This record gives sequence, C-alpha cells and structure tokens, in this order.
Amino acid sequence: MKRVTLALTLALAAGLSAEAADVQTLKTVKDRGMLSCGVSQGLPGFSSPDDKGNWTGIDVDVCRAIAGAIFNDPTKVKYVPLSAKDRFTALQSGEIDVLSRNTTWTISRDTSLGANFTGVTYYDGQGFMVKKSLKVNSALELNSASVCVQTGTTTEQNLADYFKANNMKYEVIAFATNDETVKAYEAGRCDVFTTDQSGLYANRLKLASPNDHMVLPEIISKEPLGPMVRHGDDQWFDIVKWTLFAMITAEELGVTSKNVDEKAKLENPELKRVLGSDGNFGEQLGLTKDWVVRIVKAVGNYGEVFDRNVGAGSPLAINRGLNNLWNKGGLQYAPPIR
Amino acid sequence: MSTEARKPPAQSALKIRRILGGKAGWNGVAVQFAFAAILGWIGYEIVSNARANLENQHIAAGFGFLRNNAGFDVNQTLIPYTGSDTFLRVFVVGLLNTLVVSVVGIVFATVIGFIVALCRLSPNWLLSRVGEIYVEVIRNLPVLFQILFWYLAVLAALPNPRQSISLFGIAFISNRGLVVPSPIGQSGLVPFLAMLVFGIVASLALRFHARRALFQEGRMIRIWPYVLGLLFGLPVATMLVFGLPFTFELPQLKGFNFAGGSRIIPEFVALTVALSSYTAAFIAEIVRAGILSVHKGQMEAGASLGLSRGATLRLIVVPQAMRVIVPPLTNQYLNLTKNSSLAVAIGYPDLVSVFAGTSLSQTGQAIEIIAMTMGIYLLISLLTSAVMSVYGWRVSRSLGA
Repeated sequence: MKRVTLALTLALAAGLSAEAADVQTLKTVKDRGMLSCGVSQGLPGFSSPDDKGNWTGIDVDVCRAIAGAIFNDPTKVKYVPLSAKDRFTALQSGEIDVLSRNTTWTISRDTSLGANFTGVTYYDGQGFMVKKSLKVNSALELNSASVCVQTGTTTEQNLADYFKANNMKYEVIAFATNDETVKAYEAGRCDVFTTDQSGLYANRLKLASPNDHMVLPEIISKEPLGPMVRHGDDQWFDIVKWTLFAMITAEELGVTSKNVDEKAKLENPELKRVLGSDGNFGEQLGLTKDWVVRIVKAVGNYGEVFDRNVGAGSPLAINRGLNNLWNKGGLQYAPPIR
Repeated sequence: MSTEARKPPAQSALKIRRILGGKAGWNGVAVQFAFAAILGWIGYEIVSNARANLENQHIAAGFGFLRNNAGFDVNQTLIPYTGSDTFLRVFVVGLLNTLVVSVVGIVFATVIGFIVALCRLSPNWLLSRVGEIYVEVIRNLPVLFQILFWYLAVLAALPNPRQSISLFGIAFISNRGLVVPSPIGQSGLVPFLAMLVFGIVASLALRFHARRALFQEGRMIRIWPYVLGLLFGLPVATMLVFGLPFTFELPQLKGFNFAGGSRIIPEFVALTVALSSYTAAFIAEIVRAGILSVHKGQMEAGASLGLSRGATLRLIVVPQAMRVIVPPLTNQYLNLTKNSSLAVAIGYPDLVSVFAGTSLSQTGQAIEIIAMTMGIYLLISLLTSAVMSVYGWRVSRSLGA
C-alpha cells in the first residue's frame, strides 16, 4: 500500500508538465486505444471482478459507457483497482483518466484535489451493520461499541461527528482496504461495520452467513457518489459528465439496449436529437453523432445499469429510492440534450 | 654550488585539492563541482515543476493543513486526542504509536534473538535443533504474512467481551484486547515516586563504588542487601507513612465493551509479536556469528580458570563478540522500525496509517505528507544508527581495540 502511494507521489512530484498544462485527455485516450479507469478493489454492485476476471458494477459501467462513446467498444478499458487512500493521487498523477470508484462528492474534494466531480451515479448515505445476536435495533444504542471502518473515507469523519453529536463513546479501528475491514468485523474485532449503505448490503454478501447480520435503519450522512476527472480539461469533463446524463436521458425516453435501433428510426424530434440523426451534439463533445446510441448499446440506460448491478436483477436487490428518475420520485435528473 | 631551496606550494590549496579531487587533482575538483551543479539543477527542476503543476491543477499546497481539524478518531493514543484536534496532533499521535511499537519490538527481538542464538550454540542437541528450526521457519516467511497470521490467529482464539476470560476478576482478555486496572494517583504518589528515584540513583552510585573498589583495590563489596533495601524497603516504608500512592480503577463490562481500566489493543499485540519474533530470527544469526567469531581458545581459557560455561560466555566471549554484533544489529533495529509501517494492514494506528493514510486522503496533500513521513522515518533511523554507533564505539574502546 505504502509503496503504491509513494510511487504515485513521486510521479506527481516529478510532474509531467505536458499532462498538467493544457491536457488533451481525449486525444491521449484515443492514441492509447484504451481508457484507463480507476475502480475499487472489489465492491460488489459497484466495481468488482467476477469469477472470470471481468469487471462489473455501476462504476464499471460508467467506464464502459465512456469507452463505448469513444471507441464504440466498451471493452477498451483498463481497470486500475485503487484503495480509498490511493485513489486521488492516482488521478492527480495521470495514472488514470477517470476515477469511477464509489467516491463521495464533498466540497473539499471538489476544490482542493485538483479534480472535479462530473455528476452523481448513485445517491447513498452512511449506515451501520451489526450482528443480529447483539439485539441492537438503532444506531443510538451503540454507545461504547467498537467500530470497523475503512481508512481514507468520508465515513471516518461522519462516524466521529455522529457519535460526538449523540454524546456516545466508541472505539474506531481503521483498515486500509475494504476486505481487511470486513474480515476484522467478521472475526469479532468490532461490533459494528460502517460504510455507505449500499456498501453494507454489498459486503454482507461476502460474509459467511449474511443472515446473521443486519443493517440498522439510520442513515447518518449524505453520500452522493460520482466519477471524478482532473482539473484543466473541460472537454474531457464534458464527455464524462454527459455520458452519465445520456444514460439518464435514455431511461427517461424509454430507450433501452434492446430497442435503441428501432427508436433511432422513429420520427420523434426529441429522439432524433438525442440519438443523433438531428443536430451534432456528439461532435461538439468531441465524439460522434451517434454517441448516445453507442452508450446505450454498450451498457443500456441508467435504469438497466442500476437493475443489473445493484437493483432487482442483482443479488443486492436495493430499491431505486433516491436513485429513481426525478419524475418517479427520485433525484436522478439530466439537463436536456438540445 | 648552492641552490635556493624551492618554495613548497601553498599547503591550503593542496589540502582543498586532495579533499575535493582525490587522486585526480584539479580535474577531479572540476568534475565534483559539475556533478554537484547537475544534482542541484535536477532537484530545482523537480521542485519548481511540481509546484507549477500543483498550481496549474489547483491542488492545495503548503503546510497550512496541519492546523486544520482532523475530524476523525484514533483507537490508540498516548497523548490526549479527540477528533477536533489538528492534523499536526495526528502526526504526533501516529509517530508515538510507531515509536512505542518499535521500541517494545526492539527490546523483545533482542532478548529472543540472544536466547535463540545461545540455544543454537548449545551443546544440547534438542535445544540447538529447536533454535535452528525457529530461525529457518521464521526468517523464510514474509513478515506481512506473519503479521496477518498473528492478528487473525489472536482474534480467532479469543472470545468476545461478554464472554471474556477473567484473570482473578481484575484483568480481562477478549478479542478487544487485554484490559487491566489503571492506576489513579493519590496523595502518597509524590513522596513514593521521589523515594523510588532516590533508591535507583543510590543503588547506581553503590554499584559504581563497588566496581571501583573491585578493579582498583581488588576488594569485593557485597552490595545486594543495601540495593534491595533501597529499591523495595524505602518505597514500602514511604507507603506506610504517607498512605497508598495510587488506587486502581477496575475495568467493568458496560454495554459492548469494558469501561475504565487501561487497554492493550490486539493490533498492538499482533504487530509486536510478529515484528519481534521475525527480527529475532535475524538477530539470532548475527549473535551466533558474533560469538563464533571469538576464538575458541577464549572459551577454553575461561574453562581452565574454572569459570562455568555461562560465566565464560557472559564475562569473556560476549563482550568480545559485541564488536562484531553491533553493526549488523543496528540494521535489524532499523528494519524493525521500518517494517512497523506494515501496521496499516491490521488497523494499528501507526504513522503511515493515520498520517500518510487517513490524513493524506482527507487533505489530498500527498507531496507534503509523504515528504514529512519520509523525513521522520529518516530521522528515526539516523538517530538509532547514531546511538548504536556510540555504543559500538564504547564496546570497542573498552576492549582496547
């Protein structure tokens, strides 16, 4: 872990001035023929390799969608698994083109890291998981508990705030990676495991007997998770930002990976604009006219991505909740493509 | 025919030439200056380039972040610390945690290392085989793996706090660590400590006096009854006069964990055990090599003087072996200190974990934090080497070498 950080820091310090000044990330990616995408070291539903070594998850699909829009081939992605504490350095040093790794959007990360968030792929909030045998029903009963947490996350600070605000004592044990944290929780080193609630459901599946553990009802924070890109390349920022918007727009218009070709032939003015037979929005982004078609063919619309990875069609079976479309009671909303 | 003696060239110029240029003379001096200039230029380029890049990318720079609130908690702090303290305090907390695990680890590693070395050299077949197996097994397994093994083995073997193993109802062992009663100072504390310090100083003075008498006049003075009285009798007498120096706060199970008492966390135990047993394997080999380097005639001479094997080792062989042992021993101490940064794998809050880990990702100021961390490790290592050098120098001097 330390060596990775050190190597990245040195790369950052040595500085590739060409990379920093007026970067052409899109050109770099095209020349390389690959998108370099920072993901987690394994969080089911968000980014984790399956038994054949293929990466899947919502965050992975964002990478695949970007690669689909650029190359018309969603497999042209190099995945770089990063621990929570190495992720920003990897982005700053140019090791990755986009960080799509369940990262919470906060003001300090947006302003002091030399990077920008491009949107919200998943609205999350921090929760707690405990063993059912402890007979705890609320986070407010956790006074004097030991809490396992992954280091280098907003989770650690929310935890400190929550226990302080509720005048409770606790002991924190912070591990470098998600897997180590879960292992220590399972070994009984702590009573409570805390992370984003989606992560709790995902990690519960990794435990030997998931049904012995429960997620407490309290959500103690706002955790909007989204992709990040480096400062200073507005074109690349736009591409990543609008890739997500394209997925949301596609769901709103009922365009799915199965019907996208038929929809493209319809004489509906909005569909024609979005799917590229009218106007040249894709070209203005630096992509092609049919960019939305490419994205939807690569990963499907936002709803499909959600269902396949974390929703009803996945072992996690998380409700859409806040992540539903704005006109269905959720928060997912894309500016118009026109 | 008389010739005037040629004036010798100025000594100072020669000296400079020799220091800087060595055998190559003035050409060597030029090369040295050119090399230094190139190094300086590379360093300047790296720093200015990094600074320009950070500015371009709007990445925060400088050490101002050290005064900001950290906002996270740490589970082992040797100085008072809460989440509302600064990153500078986090740095100190992490540093102290690193130091305590290093110092304790070094002490244990040295003791275990010497014992294993003596086992390996022992004429007892079983003992020497046990020593050999220890060294060969432990030093051939990766240390990170050993740390994880000890951590998970310790955790798996211990019960949860509600079923903790009670030691006479005052100390408890569970997978949350060892909880012991913590002392709370009472009115008798100050005189008690004063008498304790006085006892130690007086005992040392006595020992000094006895050694002088032995070496200069050949008189043996028996001091142990006085030392015993000074170290134990005096404090006990003070306690009778002034009352108990401290009372103990007993740990009690409250909710999930023990409240009150002091606690040694399992992460610390696992890390210390793993690091000291691992390093001890190397130290054992160093000590064995050191002892074997002393001519066996020394052992025979000791035996012919009627000294026991233990006394010969202690008084004759080991002091001579120390000259060979100390330099590589220093390396092992440094290795142990540096290996303690593997703590991050098991959640022990050392410097790398809390400062180069959590603080780094909270602030994103990788260059400053990594530089500070590297600087402090360098400082610790150089100080350790310096202390060991002084010790090595004293050992050599006392042998008249």
